[in-house]
Amino acid sequence: MHRRGSAFWLLTGFFALFVLFLYGPTITITILSFQGPSGGLTFPMRGLSLYWFGNLFEKQMVGDFAGSFQRSIVLGLAAMVVTVIVSFSAGLAFRKRFRGSSVVFYLAIASLIVPSILISLGIGLLFRVIGVDTAWYSSAFGAHLTWTLPFGLLIMFAVFNRFDRRYEEVARDLGATSWQTVRHVIVPIVLPSLIGVGLFGFTLSYDEFARSLYTAGTFNTLPLEIYGMTTNVTTPVLYALGTFTTGLSFLVIALALVSTIIVRRRRARHGSDAGKAA
Amino acid sequence: MRRATAWVPYLQVTPLSLVFLLFLVVPIATIVVVSFFDYNTTEIIPTFLLQNYEELLFSPVTWQTYLQTLEFTVITWALTLLIGFTIAYYLAFYVRSATWQTVLFLVCTIPFWTSNIIRMISWIPFLGRNGLMNTALLHMGLIHQPLEFLLFSDFSVVLAYVHLYTLFMVVPIFNSMMRIDRSLLEAARDGGASGWQTLWNVIVPLAKPGIAIGSIFVVTIVMGDFVTVRLMSGGQTASVGLMMMNAMSLLQYPAAAANAVVLLLLVLMTVGVMMRLVDIRKEL
Repeated sequence: MHRRGSAFWLLTGFFALFVLFLYGPTITITILSFQGPSGGLTFPMRGLSLYWFGNLFEKQMVGDFAGSFQRSIVLGLAAMVVTVIVSFSAGLAFRKRFRGSSVVFYLAIASLIVPSILISLGIGLLFRVIGVDTAWYSSAFGAHLTWTLPFGLLIMFAVFNRFDRRYEEVARDLGATSWQTVRHVIVPIVLPSLIGVGLFGFTLSYDEFARSLYTAGTFNTLPLEIYGMTTNVTTPVLYALGTFTTGLSFLVIALALVSTIIVRRRRARHGSDAGKAA
Repeated sequence: MRRATAWVPYLQVTPLSLVFLLFLVVPIATIVVVSFFDYNTTEIIPTFLLQNYEELLFSPVTWQTYLQTLEFTVITWALTLLIGFTIAYYLAFYVRSATWQTVLFLVCTIPFWTSNIIRMISWIPFLGRNGLMNTALLHMGLIHQPLEFLLFSDFSVVLAYVHLYTLFMVVPIFNSMMRIDRSLLEAARDGGASGWQTLWNVIVPLAKPGIAIGSIFVVTIVMGDFVTVRLMSGGQTASVGLMMMNAMSLLQYPAAAANAVVLLLLVLMTVGVMMRLVDIRKEL
């Protein structure tokens, strides 16, 4: 369509710079996190070791890293499960007309655009006013859901807008109950998207800082712990932490991508059986 | 049959509605109510007074802080829009194979899934006094002493915003561009339009919904931000979010709440204007 003239190379260069801009800092701290015990916050590298990673897991050195890490994982997994189920269910609802649908829709949009600090503040104040202690598994969990659910819902909208309803009609014509239709027809078809929603749910919750600030209560989640560290830790253990959590995020993304691809492949294989004797 | 199952969608949407009710509507209502409360050093006192708003709106510090936040918002918005549009334009119209398109798009989106705070502190070895940037510039002889404004300054705050949030522009604009019927571009060329004319008169107008959605994301995030300003300015710059945080740490909850209400109104007004440009439900 476009001939690959100067515009193409100019834009390619711009894109390459953008990618460097995105990844450069992360790569830098990854390298710096492997320094020896005498390492500092900037180059040059002083030695090469895993010292700071070991340091990371020693409880007394850097606060409660291991504990906050566990809490964030549990919270992320819970947010993942709830986000998948609730957004899928709501996505099904929005395929039909029902009273109040636009109210719920605008609430979802509002949940996205109201600054996180306000949600955090609001939930913190609410719990204070009603006299209940905030905790990472109650108030912070709810605060995270107000962030993960709108994304989940919007993805489900996009999915169901492209969903071929004839599959369901066929299932119904063949005598499937509505539950069977959901279980054996709709869920398998939208499974890759559900995995995507799950990934969204987990990472958005796992990385969420602002919404945890006034809602997490006594025990920190990982981003709160990291934030605390940035103000009083001046050793490469900070970078080791960054490398570790970024590595974990990459692992989750890779898992999600791989499972999506596997599901797609499997479906493509099954799809090719269509029309043949089973 | 249809009548018998009319209640089904209500049941299906109940969990979602409950979460929004309990953790969005009620907390925001709480903020509004508390913003009229009185307080002293130890407790908040339920009453109805406008003093919190008076103190807030008649303080020059408030106005300076709001202006500072708006300045960050406008600069960040312009930069992310410019960069985001260019990247989306490249991906949508210059990358030919669908596989490469997906791969490069993923490359752009993956950093979004990692911790924002970590990505902010990742700039320290780059921008610090003895960082890579200063070292390189000194070696090249372009400067004779380290630049101080690179880290812990307004510059690094904006840099971090652009670093973190350009993606929010790329994704929706790319999405809009991918829906543009390619034959329109051919028609424009056949009609004698230059590349720039096609870009300005065909692509930009058709990408407007994406631009609007991206702008809403970036603007609302920057307006409510406090972490980036806190970490990247080294505590030297104020923001509305930080102002609230300070009030909270002094246990002046009603003052923080009044500020929150003002910020919320400002954000909603801004978004309201942008929403006029786009029907979000159509864009999915």
